Amino acid sequence: MTAMVEVSGARKVYDGGFEALKGVDLEIRKGEILALLGPNGAGKTTLISVICGLAMPSGGTIRVGGHDVVADFREARSLIGLVPQEVSLEPFEKVINTVRFSRGLFGKRRDDALIEDLLRRLSLWDKRDEPIRALSGGMKRRVLIAKALSHEPAVLFLDEPTAGVDVELRRDMWEIVEDLRRRGTTIILTTHYIEEAEAIADRIGVINGGEILLVEETDSLMARMGHKTLRVELDSPVDTLPPGLEGRGLTLEEGGRVIVYEYDSAAERSGIARLMADMTQAGLVVRDIETRKDSLEDIFVGLVKKQETAA
Amino acid sequence: MNWLGIWAIYRYEMTRFFRTLLQSFISPVISTSLYFVVFGAAIGSRIEQVEGVSYGAFIVPGLVMLSVVMQAVSNASFGIYFPKFIGTIYELLSAPVNFLEVVTGYVGAAATKALFIGVVILGTASLFVDLTIQHPLAMVAFLLLTCTSFALLGFILGIWAKNFEQLQLVPMLIITPLIFLGGSFYSISMLPPAWQTITLFNPVVYLISGFRWAFFGMSDVPVGLSLLAIAGFTALCIGIVWWIFRTGWRIRP
Repeated sequence: MTAMVEVSGARKVYDGGFEALKGVDLEIRKGEILALLGPNGAGKTTLISVICGLAMPSGGTIRVGGHDVVADFREARSLIGLVPQEVSLEPFEKVINTVRFSRGLFGKRRDDALIEDLLRRLSLWDKRDEPIRALSGGMKRRVLIAKALSHEPAVLFLDEPTAGVDVELRRDMWEIVEDLRRRGTTIILTTHYIEEAEAIADRIGVINGGEILLVEETDSLMARMGHKTLRVELDSPVDTLPPGLEGRGLTLEEGGRVIVYEYDSAAERSGIARLMADMTQAGLVVRDIETRKDSLEDIFVGLVKKQETAA
Repeated sequence: MNWLGIWAIYRYEMTRFFRTLLQSFISPVISTSLYFVVFGAAIGSRIEQVEGVSYGAFIVPGLVMLSVVMQAVSNASFGIYFPKFIGTIYELLSAPVNFLEVVTGYVGAAATKALFIGVVILGTASLFVDLTIQHPLAMVAFLLLTCTSFALLGFILGIWAKNFEQLQLVPMLIITPLIFLGGSFYSISMLPPAWQTITLFNPVVYLISGFRWAFFGMSDVPVGLSLLAIAGFTALCIGIVWWIFRTGWRIRP
Protein backbone atom coordinates (compact mmCIF):
# COMPACT_ATOMS: atom_id res chain seq x y z
CA MET A 1 0.00 0.00 0.00
CA THR A 2 1.34 3.50 -0.78
CA ALA A 3 2.29 5.78 2.05
CA MET A 4 0.27 8.96 2.39
CA VAL A 5 2.27 10.39 5.26
CA GLU A 6 5.88 9.49 5.98
CA VAL A 7 7.44 10.71 9.20
CA SER A 8 11.06 9.89 9.70
CA GLY A 9 13.11 10.81 12.75
CA ALA A 10 10.83 13.74 13.53
CA ARG A 11 11.96 15.76 16.53
CA LYS A 12 10.42 18.76 18.21
CA VAL A 13 12.11 20.73 20.93
CA TYR A 14 10.17 23.73 22.22
CA ASP A 15 11.84 26.99 23.20
CA GLY A 16 11.82 26.11 26.88
CA GLY A 17 13.93 23.02 26.02
CA PHE A 18 11.08 20.52 26.36
CA GLU A 19 11.51 17.68 23.88
CA ALA A 20 7.97 16.81 22.79
CA LEU A 21 8.99 14.44 19.97
CA LYS A 22 12.10 12.29 20.24
CA GLY A 23 12.70 10.97 16.74
CA VAL A 24 9.32 9.70 15.61
CA ASP A 25 9.07 7.29 12.67
CA LEU A 26 5.60 6.67 11.31
CA GLU A 27 4.10 5.69 8.01
CA ILE A 28 0.43 6.26 7.32
CA ARG A 29 -1.04 4.32 4.42
CA LYS A 30 -3.36 5.69 1.83
CA GLY A 31 -7.02 5.12 2.70
CA GLU A 32 -6.54 3.82 6.22
CA ILE A 33 -7.76 5.03 9.58
CA LEU A 34 -4.90 5.26 12.01
CA ALA A 35 -5.57 6.00 15.65
CA LEU A 36 -2.77 7.56 17.64
CA LEU A 37 -3.24 6.58 21.20
CA GLY A 38 -1.46 8.09 24.15
CA PRO A 39 -1.96 9.70 27.52
CA ASN A 40 -2.12 13.49 27.94
CA GLY A 41 1.20 15.10 27.06
CA ALA A 42 2.39 12.06 25.08
CA GLY A 43 3.12 14.15 21.97
CA LYS A 44 0.01 13.39 19.90
CA THR A 45 -0.92 17.01 19.25
CA THR A 46 2.70 18.03 18.67
CA LEU A 47 3.07 15.30 16.06
CA ILE A 48 -0.04 16.55 14.25
CA SER A 49 1.18 20.14 14.60
CA VAL A 50 4.53 19.49 12.91
CA ILE A 51 2.87 17.54 10.09
CA CYS A 52 0.18 20.17 9.46
CA GLY A 53 2.34 23.30 9.74
CA LEU A 54 1.24 24.60 13.15
CA ALA A 55 4.75 24.06 14.51
CA MET A 56 8.16 23.76 12.88
CA PRO A 57 9.88 20.39 13.29
CA SER A 58 13.29 20.63 14.97
CA GLY A 59 14.65 17.67 13.03
CA GLY A 60 13.82 14.74 10.78
CA THR A 61 11.74 14.74 7.62
CA ILE A 62 7.99 14.68 7.10
CA ARG A 63 6.36 14.06 3.75
CA VAL A 64 2.69 14.19 2.83
CA GLY A 65 1.79 12.68 -0.53
CA GLY A 66 5.52 12.67 -1.29
CA HIS A 67 5.92 16.42 -0.57
CA ASP A 68 8.17 17.71 2.19
CA VAL A 69 6.08 19.70 4.69
CA VAL A 70 8.72 22.42 5.02
CA ALA A 71 10.28 22.73 1.55
CA ASP A 72 7.12 22.02 -0.47
CA PHE A 73 4.67 23.27 2.12
CA ARG A 74 2.12 24.40 -0.46
CA GLU A 75 1.76 20.98 -2.09
CA ALA A 76 1.88 19.16 1.24
CA ARG A 77 -0.66 21.36 3.01
CA SER A 78 -3.04 21.33 0.03
CA LEU A 79 -3.54 17.63 0.72
CA ILE A 80 -4.29 18.06 4.42
CA GLY A 81 -7.48 18.83 6.29
CA LEU A 82 -7.12 19.53 9.99
CA VAL A 83 -9.76 19.39 12.70
CA PRO A 84 -8.17 20.85 15.82
CA GLN A 85 -8.78 19.72 19.35
CA GLU A 86 -10.18 23.04 20.54
CA VAL A 87 -13.41 24.31 19.02
CA SER A 88 -11.88 27.43 17.44
CA LEU A 89 -14.41 29.32 15.35
CA GLU A 90 -15.30 32.94 14.82
CA PRO A 91 -18.54 33.33 16.80
CA PHE A 92 -20.23 35.99 14.66
CA GLU A 93 -19.60 34.45 11.27
CA LYS A 94 -22.26 32.45 9.43
CA VAL A 95 -21.67 28.72 9.03
CA ILE A 96 -21.61 28.78 5.24
CA ASN A 97 -19.25 31.77 5.06
CA THR A 98 -16.70 30.24 7.35
CA VAL A 99 -16.72 27.04 5.29
CA ARG A 100 -16.39 28.99 2.04
CA PHE A 101 -13.53 30.95 3.57
CA SER A 102 -11.63 27.73 4.32
CA ARG A 103 -12.03 26.55 0.74
CA GLY A 104 -10.79 29.89 -0.61
CA LEU A 105 -7.85 29.94 1.79
CA PHE A 106 -6.68 26.65 0.32
CA GLY A 107 -6.73 28.22 -3.13
CA LYS A 108 -9.86 26.45 -4.37
CA ARG A 109 -12.55 28.15 -6.45
CA ARG A 110 -15.95 28.66 -4.91
CA ASP A 111 -18.12 25.58 -5.45
CA ASP A 112 -21.61 25.96 -4.03
CA ALA A 113 -22.73 22.45 -5.00
CA LEU A 114 -19.80 20.88 -3.18
CA ILE A 115 -20.34 22.98 -0.06
CA GLU A 116 -24.04 22.16 -0.07
CA ASP A 117 -23.33 18.45 -0.32
CA LEU A 118 -20.78 18.69 2.48
CA LEU A 119 -23.10 20.63 4.79
CA ARG A 120 -25.95 18.23 4.09
CA ARG A 121 -23.79 15.20 4.88
CA LEU A 122 -22.84 16.79 8.18
CA SER A 123 -26.46 17.80 8.95
CA LEU A 124 -25.47 21.46 8.84
CA TRP A 125 -27.40 22.59 5.78
CA ASP A 126 -30.38 23.88 7.80
CA LYS A 127 -27.99 25.86 9.96
CA ARG A 128 -25.99 27.37 7.10
CA ASP A 129 -27.11 30.96 7.70
CA GLU A 130 -26.86 30.82 11.48
CA PRO A 131 -24.02 32.58 13.25
CA ILE A 132 -21.66 30.05 14.82
CA ARG A 133 -22.33 31.25 18.37
CA ALA A 134 -25.95 30.05 17.98
CA LEU A 135 -24.86 26.43 17.45
CA SER A 136 -24.56 23.66 20.03
CA GLY A 137 -21.15 22.22 20.90
CA GLY A 138 -21.73 19.19 18.69
CA MET A 139 -22.74 21.32 15.73
CA LYS A 140 -19.62 23.46 16.16
CA ARG A 141 -17.48 20.34 15.91
CA ARG A 142 -19.29 19.47 12.68
CA VAL A 143 -18.49 22.96 11.36
CA LEU A 144 -14.81 22.32 12.10
CA ILE A 145 -15.03 19.10 10.10
CA ALA A 146 -16.83 20.87 7.25
CA LYS A 147 -14.10 23.51 7.15
CA ALA A 148 -11.39 20.85 7.10
CA LEU A 149 -13.13 18.98 4.27
CA SER A 150 -14.08 22.06 2.25
CA HIS A 151 -10.97 21.86 0.06
CA GLU A 152 -11.34 18.10 -0.56
CA PRO A 153 -8.22 16.96 1.30
CA ALA A 154 -6.75 13.52 0.69
CA VAL A 155 -5.80 13.15 4.32
CA LEU A 156 -7.72 14.30 7.35
CA PHE A 157 -6.27 14.84 10.81
CA LEU A 158 -8.72 14.73 13.69
CA ASP A 159 -7.14 15.81 16.94
CA GLU A 160 -9.20 14.28 19.74
CA PRO A 161 -12.50 14.67 17.86
CA THR A 162 -14.55 13.26 20.70
CA ALA A 163 -12.84 14.75 23.74
CA GLY A 164 -15.52 15.95 26.14
CA VAL A 165 -18.30 14.86 23.80
CA ASP A 166 -21.35 12.83 24.91
CA VAL A 167 -21.85 9.21 23.89
CA GLU A 168 -24.41 9.92 21.18
CA LEU A 169 -22.29 12.54 19.50
CA ARG A 170 -19.29 10.25 19.71
CA ARG A 171 -21.16 7.57 17.78
CA ASP A 172 -22.18 10.23 15.22
CA MET A 173 -18.57 11.21 14.84
CA TRP A 174 -17.55 7.59 14.25
CA GLU A 175 -20.16 7.32 11.51
CA ILE A 176 -18.83 10.47 9.85
CA VAL A 177 -15.32 9.04 9.96
CA GLU A 178 -16.49 5.74 8.51
CA ASP A 179 -18.29 7.58 5.71
CA LEU A 180 -15.14 9.52 4.90
CA ARG A 181 -13.09 6.38 4.75
CA ARG A 182 -15.55 4.87 2.27
CA ARG A 183 -14.96 7.94 0.14
CA GLY A 184 -11.25 7.24 0.18
CA THR A 185 -9.98 9.81 2.68
CA THR A 186 -6.98 8.79 4.77
CA ILE A 187 -7.73 9.54 8.40
CA ILE A 188 -5.46 10.03 11.36
CA LEU A 189 -7.13 10.60 14.67
CA THR A 190 -5.69 11.05 18.09
CA THR A 191 -7.58 9.92 21.09
CA HIS A 192 -7.13 8.82 24.60
CA TYR A 193 -10.35 6.83 24.45
CA ILE A 194 -9.11 3.34 23.80
CA GLU A 195 -12.60 2.12 23.01
CA GLU A 196 -12.66 4.62 20.16
CA ALA A 197 -9.43 3.38 18.61
CA GLU A 198 -10.59 -0.21 18.94
CA ALA A 199 -13.94 0.56 17.32
CA ILE A 200 -12.91 2.52 14.24
CA ALA A 201 -9.20 2.25 13.52
CA ASP A 202 -7.52 -0.07 11.03
CA ARG A 203 -4.24 0.41 12.77
CA ILE A 204 -3.27 1.70 16.15
CA GLY A 205 -0.15 3.62 17.04
CA VAL A 206 0.77 4.03 20.66
CA ILE A 207 2.74 7.14 21.56
CA ASN A 208 4.14 8.10 24.93
CA GLY A 209 6.82 10.50 26.07
CA GLY A 210 7.38 11.69 22.50
CA GLU A 211 8.13 8.20 21.18
CA ILE A 212 6.06 5.77 19.14
CA LEU A 213 5.91 2.54 21.13
CA LEU A 214 4.23 0.48 18.45
CA VAL A 215 2.09 0.65 15.32
CA GLU A 216 0.06 -2.40 14.47
CA GLU A 217 -3.18 -3.60 12.85
CA THR A 218 -5.94 -3.27 15.43
CA ASP A 219 -7.06 -6.90 15.03
CA SER A 220 -3.61 -8.43 15.17
CA LEU A 221 -2.66 -6.22 18.08
CA MET A 222 -5.67 -7.45 19.97
CA ALA A 223 -4.94 -11.04 19.02
CA ARG A 224 -1.19 -10.91 19.57
CA MET A 225 -1.37 -9.32 22.90
CA GLY A 226 -4.77 -10.77 23.74
CA HIS A 227 -4.43 -12.19 27.14
CA LYS A 228 -7.43 -14.00 28.60
CA THR A 229 -8.53 -14.89 32.06
CA LEU A 230 -10.70 -17.88 32.96
CA ARG A 231 -12.54 -17.75 36.27
CA VAL A 232 -14.02 -20.99 37.53
CA GLU A 233 -16.53 -20.68 40.37
CA LEU A 234 -16.66 -23.76 42.59
CA ASP A 235 -19.69 -25.23 44.27
CA SER A 236 -17.90 -25.25 47.62
CA PRO A 237 -14.73 -23.36 48.55
CA VAL A 238 -11.31 -25.03 48.94
CA ASP A 239 -8.42 -24.02 51.23
CA THR A 240 -5.63 -25.03 48.88
CA LEU A 241 -5.35 -26.17 45.31
CA PRO A 242 -5.86 -29.95 45.18
CA PRO A 243 -2.92 -32.12 44.05
CA GLY A 244 -2.70 -32.41 40.30
CA LEU A 245 -3.60 -28.73 39.70
CA GLU A 246 -0.32 -27.16 40.83
CA GLY A 247 2.28 -25.72 38.51
CA ARG A 248 -0.04 -23.94 36.04
CA GLY A 249 -0.06 -20.55 37.73
CA LEU A 250 -3.57 -21.00 39.09
CA THR A 251 -4.65 -18.71 41.91
CA LEU A 252 -7.46 -18.94 44.42
CA GLU A 253 -9.72 -15.94 44.93
CA GLU A 254 -12.81 -14.98 46.90
CA GLY A 255 -11.96 -17.22 49.87
CA GLY A 256 -11.21 -20.26 47.74
CA ARG A 257 -14.50 -20.09 45.86
CA VAL A 258 -12.94 -19.05 42.54
CA ILE A 259 -9.99 -20.55 40.66
CA VAL A 260 -8.35 -18.09 38.26
CA TYR A 261 -6.44 -19.27 35.20
CA GLU A 262 -4.61 -16.86 32.87
CA TYR A 263 -3.74 -17.89 29.32
CA ASP A 264 -2.84 -16.60 25.91
CA SER A 265 -5.78 -16.85 23.51
CA ALA A 266 -3.46 -16.83 20.48
CA ALA A 267 -1.38 -19.79 21.73
CA GLU A 268 -1.73 -23.17 20.02
CA ARG A 269 -3.09 -24.80 23.18
CA SER A 270 -4.99 -22.85 25.75
CA GLY A 271 -4.85 -25.67 28.29
CA ILE A 272 -8.49 -25.19 29.24
CA ALA A 273 -9.72 -28.69 28.31
CA ARG A 274 -6.91 -30.25 30.30
CA LEU A 275 -7.58 -28.02 33.28
CA MET A 276 -11.28 -28.87 33.31
CA ALA A 277 -10.55 -32.59 33.11
CA ASP A 278 -8.02 -32.34 35.96
CA MET A 279 -10.48 -30.40 38.07
CA THR A 280 -13.11 -33.10 37.65
CA GLN A 281 -10.46 -35.68 38.45
CA ALA A 282 -9.64 -33.79 41.66
CA GLY A 283 -13.29 -33.95 42.65
CA LEU A 284 -14.08 -30.25 42.25
CA VAL A 285 -17.67 -29.36 41.29
CA VAL A 286 -17.95 -26.37 38.97
CA ARG A 287 -20.85 -23.96 39.46
CA ASP A 288 -20.02 -21.31 36.80
CA ILE A 289 -17.36 -20.35 34.27
CA GLU A 290 -16.43 -16.88 33.04
CA THR A 291 -13.76 -15.76 30.58
CA ARG A 292 -12.49 -12.23 30.21
CA LYS A 293 -10.42 -10.78 27.37
CA ASP A 294 -7.88 -7.99 27.89
CA SER A 295 -9.10 -4.73 26.46
CA LEU A 296 -6.87 -2.43 24.50
CA GLU A 297 -6.75 -0.37 27.64
CA ASP A 298 -4.94 -3.15 29.50
CA ILE A 299 -2.55 -3.56 26.58
CA PHE A 300 -1.92 0.15 26.51
CA VAL A 301 -1.32 0.47 30.23
CA GLY A 302 1.01 -2.55 30.01
CA LEU A 303 3.03 -0.95 27.19
CA VAL A 304 3.36 2.40 28.88
CA LYS A 305 4.40 0.74 32.14
CA LYS A 306 6.98 -1.35 30.29
CA GLN A 307 8.44 1.80 28.72
CA GLU A 308 8.59 3.54 32.06
CA THR A 309 10.31 0.56 33.69
CA ALA A 310 12.82 0.37 30.84
CA ALA A 311 13.60 4.06 31.31
CA MET B 1 0.87 32.90 -5.65
CA ASN B 2 -2.32 31.68 -3.96
CA TRP B 3 -4.49 34.55 -5.25
CA LEU B 4 -7.70 32.86 -4.15
CA GLY B 5 -6.23 32.53 -0.66
CA ILE B 6 -5.42 36.26 -0.53
CA TRP B 7 -8.91 37.09 -1.80
CA ALA B 8 -10.49 34.79 0.81
CA ILE B 9 -8.65 36.55 3.66
CA TYR B 10 -9.40 40.01 2.25
CA ARG B 11 -13.06 39.27 1.73
CA TYR B 12 -13.47 37.67 5.14
CA GLU B 13 -11.92 40.69 6.83
CA MET B 14 -14.05 43.10 4.81
CA THR B 15 -17.21 41.17 5.77
CA ARG B 16 -16.44 41.93 9.39
CA PHE B 17 -16.19 45.61 8.44
CA PHE B 18 -19.46 45.59 6.51
CA ARG B 19 -21.24 43.90 9.41
CA THR B 20 -20.64 47.08 11.42
CA LEU B 21 -20.70 49.51 8.52
CA LEU B 22 -22.97 52.02 10.22
CA GLN B 23 -20.69 52.36 13.26
CA SER B 24 -17.67 52.46 10.96
CA PHE B 25 -19.25 55.35 9.07
CA ILE B 26 -20.90 57.33 11.85
CA SER B 27 -18.07 57.41 14.38
CA PRO B 28 -15.51 59.21 12.13
CA VAL B 29 -18.19 61.64 10.92
CA ILE B 30 -19.08 62.57 14.49
CA SER B 31 -15.51 62.80 15.73
CA THR B 32 -14.43 64.91 12.74
CA SER B 33 -17.37 67.24 13.23
CA LEU B 34 -16.41 67.62 16.89
CA TYR B 35 -12.82 68.48 15.96
CA PHE B 36 -14.12 71.17 13.61
CA VAL B 37 -16.45 72.58 16.24
CA VAL B 38 -13.70 72.68 18.88
CA PHE B 39 -10.55 73.44 16.87
CA GLY B 40 -12.04 75.02 13.80
CA ALA B 41 -14.75 77.26 15.22
CA ALA B 42 -13.94 77.80 18.92
CA ILE B 43 -10.14 77.97 18.79
CA GLY B 44 -9.71 78.55 15.08
CA SER B 45 -11.65 81.79 15.21
CA ARG B 46 -8.81 83.22 17.31
CA ILE B 47 -6.12 81.96 14.92
CA GLU B 48 -6.72 83.65 11.63
CA GLN B 49 -4.40 81.97 9.20
CA VAL B 50 -1.44 79.64 9.21
CA GLU B 51 0.95 80.41 6.37
CA GLY B 52 -1.84 81.81 4.28
CA VAL B 53 -4.34 79.02 4.90
CA SER B 54 -7.39 79.34 7.16
CA TYR B 55 -6.91 77.37 10.39
CA GLY B 56 -10.00 75.29 9.70
CA ALA B 57 -8.58 74.11 6.38
CA PHE B 58 -5.06 73.83 7.79
CA ILE B 59 -6.03 71.08 10.26
CA VAL B 60 -7.83 68.93 7.65
CA PRO B 61 -4.75 66.94 6.48
CA GLY B 62 -3.73 66.35 10.11
CA LEU B 63 -7.23 65.23 11.03
CA VAL B 64 -7.37 62.82 8.11
CA MET B 65 -3.95 61.41 9.01
CA LEU B 66 -4.91 61.09 12.68
CA SER B 67 -7.92 58.93 11.87
CA VAL B 68 -6.35 57.01 9.02
CA VAL B 69 -3.30 56.05 11.07
CA MET B 70 -5.38 55.02 14.09
CA GLN B 71 -7.81 53.05 11.95
CA ALA B 72 -5.09 51.30 9.98
CA VAL B 73 -3.24 50.29 13.14
CA SER B 74 -6.30 49.18 15.08
CA ASN B 75 -7.94 47.30 12.19
CA ALA B 76 -4.81 45.41 11.23
CA SER B 77 -3.76 44.65 14.80
CA PHE B 78 -7.21 43.42 15.74
CA GLY B 79 -7.53 41.52 12.44
CA ILE B 80 -4.57 39.26 13.20
CA TYR B 81 -4.80 39.33 17.00
CA PHE B 82 -8.40 38.07 17.04
CA PRO B 83 -7.64 34.74 15.27
CA LYS B 84 -4.70 34.31 17.64
CA PHE B 85 -6.96 34.99 20.62
CA ILE B 86 -9.80 32.65 19.63
CA GLY B 87 -7.51 30.03 18.12
CA THR B 88 -8.68 30.20 14.50
CA ILE B 89 -5.12 31.07 13.46
CA TYR B 90 -4.56 27.30 13.18
CA GLU B 91 -6.27 27.51 9.84
CA LEU B 92 -3.92 30.15 8.46
CA LEU B 93 -0.89 28.22 9.66
CA SER B 94 -2.04 24.96 8.12
CA ALA B 95 -3.13 26.50 4.80
CA PRO B 96 -0.99 26.59 1.65
CA VAL B 97 -0.33 30.34 1.96
CA ASN B 98 2.98 32.09 2.47
CA PHE B 99 3.74 35.20 4.52
CA LEU B 100 3.30 37.58 1.62
CA GLU B 101 -0.17 36.23 0.91
CA VAL B 102 -1.31 36.36 4.54
CA VAL B 103 0.01 39.90 4.93
CA THR B 104 -1.48 41.07 1.64
CA GLY B 105 -4.90 39.80 2.69
CA TYR B 106 -4.89 41.25 6.21
CA VAL B 107 -3.00 44.46 5.55
CA GLY B 108 -4.91 45.05 2.31
CA ALA B 109 -8.23 44.81 4.15
CA ALA B 110 -7.09 47.01 7.05
CA ALA B 111 -5.71 49.59 4.61
CA THR B 112 -8.97 49.58 2.64
CA LYS B 113 -10.97 50.25 5.79
CA ALA B 114 -8.62 53.06 6.81
CA LEU B 115 -8.86 54.53 3.31
CA PHE B 116 -12.64 54.45 3.52
CA ILE B 117 -12.54 56.33 6.82
CA GLY B 118 -10.08 58.84 5.34
CA VAL B 119 -12.41 59.54 2.45
CA VAL B 120 -15.39 59.91 4.81
CA ILE B 121 -13.45 62.42 6.90
CA LEU B 122 -12.40 64.39 3.84
CA GLY B 123 -16.03 64.49 2.74
CA THR B 124 -17.19 65.61 6.18
CA ALA B 125 -14.44 68.26 6.33
CA SER B 126 -15.48 69.68 2.97
CA LEU B 127 -18.86 70.47 4.54
CA PHE B 128 -17.15 72.75 7.07
CA VAL B 129 -14.34 74.39 5.10
CA ASP B 130 -13.41 75.25 1.53
CA LEU B 131 -10.91 72.63 0.47
CA THR B 132 -8.68 72.82 -2.56
CA ILE B 133 -6.24 70.04 -3.27
CA GLN B 134 -3.26 71.32 -5.23
CA HIS B 135 -1.63 67.94 -5.90
CA PRO B 136 -4.43 65.35 -5.96
CA LEU B 137 -2.24 62.51 -7.21
CA ALA B 138 0.33 63.10 -4.49
CA MET B 139 -2.52 63.30 -1.97
CA VAL B 140 -3.80 59.88 -3.04
CA ALA B 141 -0.29 58.43 -3.02
CA PHE B 142 0.41 59.72 0.52
CA LEU B 143 -2.94 58.43 1.70
CA LEU B 144 -2.36 54.96 0.22
CA LEU B 145 1.18 54.72 1.57
CA THR B 146 0.05 55.80 5.02
CA CYS B 147 -2.82 53.31 5.08
CA THR B 148 -0.51 50.50 4.01
CA SER B 149 2.48 51.27 6.19
CA PHE B 150 0.46 51.75 9.37
CA ALA B 151 -1.62 48.68 8.63
CA LEU B 152 1.70 46.81 8.47
CA LEU B 153 2.67 48.31 11.82
CA GLY B 154 -0.71 47.24 13.20
CA PHE B 155 -0.15 43.71 11.88
CA ILE B 156 3.18 43.53 13.73
CA LEU B 157 1.47 44.85 16.85
CA GLY B 158 -1.25 42.20 16.58
CA ILE B 159 1.35 39.44 16.34
CA TRP B 160 3.35 40.90 19.22
CA ALA B 161 0.44 41.45 21.60
CA LYS B 162 -0.23 38.72 24.13
CA ASN B 163 -3.44 40.28 25.47
CA PHE B 164 -5.96 43.01 24.76
CA GLU B 165 -4.20 45.47 27.08
CA GLN B 166 -1.00 45.26 25.06
CA LEU B 167 -3.04 45.58 21.89
CA GLN B 168 -4.31 48.97 23.03
CA LEU B 169 -1.20 50.11 24.85
CA VAL B 170 0.94 50.97 21.83
CA PRO B 171 -1.70 52.98 19.93
CA MET B 172 -2.62 54.84 23.11
CA LEU B 173 0.83 55.49 24.55
CA ILE B 174 2.93 55.84 21.40
CA ILE B 175 0.97 56.43 18.24
CA THR B 176 -1.60 58.96 19.48
CA PRO B 177 1.02 61.22 21.13
CA LEU B 178 3.24 61.01 18.04
CA ILE B 179 0.36 62.14 15.84
CA PHE B 180 -0.75 64.95 18.16
CA LEU B 181 2.83 66.15 18.50
CA GLY B 182 3.52 65.60 14.82
CA GLY B 183 1.96 68.86 13.68
CA SER B 184 -1.63 67.72 13.12
CA PHE B 185 -3.00 70.93 14.56
CA TYR B 186 -0.06 73.33 14.18
CA SER B 187 2.85 74.13 11.96
CA ILE B 188 6.29 73.15 13.21
CA SER B 189 7.40 76.70 12.55
CA MET B 190 5.13 77.86 15.40
CA LEU B 191 7.33 76.00 17.92
CA PRO B 192 10.39 77.39 19.74
CA PRO B 193 13.64 76.47 17.83
CA ALA B 194 14.71 73.74 20.29
CA TRP B 195 11.36 71.96 20.02
CA GLN B 196 11.49 72.26 16.24
CA THR B 197 14.68 70.19 16.25
CA ILE B 198 13.24 67.62 18.68
CA THR B 199 10.07 67.32 16.62
CA LEU B 200 12.07 66.31 13.57
CA PHE B 201 12.73 62.96 15.30
CA ASN B 202 9.02 62.26 15.21
CA PRO B 203 8.36 60.23 12.04
CA VAL B 204 4.75 61.39 11.87
CA VAL B 205 5.95 64.94 11.17
CA TYR B 206 7.14 63.83 7.72
CA LEU B 207 3.86 62.13 7.04
CA ILE B 208 1.63 65.06 7.93
CA SER B 209 3.95 67.58 6.33
CA GLY B 210 3.95 65.70 3.03
CA PHE B 211 0.22 65.21 3.12
CA ARG B 212 -0.35 68.89 3.87
CA TRP B 213 1.92 69.81 0.95
CA ALA B 214 -0.38 67.81 -1.36
CA PHE B 215 -3.27 70.01 -0.22
CA PHE B 216 -1.76 73.48 0.10
CA GLY B 217 1.66 73.26 -1.53
CA MET B 218 3.40 74.14 1.74
CA SER B 219 5.28 71.88 4.13
CA ASP B 220 7.41 71.81 7.28
CA VAL B 221 9.99 69.48 5.70
CA PRO B 222 10.81 69.01 2.00
CA VAL B 223 8.23 66.78 0.33
CA GLY B 224 10.93 64.47 -1.09
CA LEU B 225 12.13 63.80 2.45
CA SER B 226 8.56 63.02 3.50
CA LEU B 227 8.21 60.52 0.72
CA LEU B 228 11.56 58.94 1.56
CA ALA B 229 10.63 58.69 5.24
CA ILE B 230 7.33 56.97 4.61
CA ALA B 231 8.87 54.62 2.02
CA GLY B 232 11.63 53.77 4.51
CA PHE B 233 9.06 53.13 7.24
CA THR B 234 7.06 50.84 4.95
CA ALA B 235 10.21 48.91 4.00
CA LEU B 236 11.13 48.53 7.68
CA CYS B 237 7.68 47.15 8.52
CA ILE B 238 7.80 44.70 5.60
CA GLY B 239 11.22 43.55 6.80
CA ILE B 240 9.93 42.92 10.32
CA VAL B 241 6.86 41.05 9.05
CA TRP B 242 9.10 38.90 6.82
CA TRP B 243 11.29 38.10 9.82
CA ILE B 244 8.23 37.21 11.92
CA PHE B 245 7.06 34.66 9.37
CA ARG B 246 10.54 33.30 8.76
CA THR B 247 11.12 32.62 12.44
CA GLY B 248 7.50 31.94 13.39
CA TRP B 249 7.86 34.48 16.23
CA ARG B 250 4.77 34.31 18.47
CA ILE B 251 2.72 32.47 15.84
CA ARG B 252 4.40 29.20 14.90
CA PRO B 253 6.47 27.59 17.69
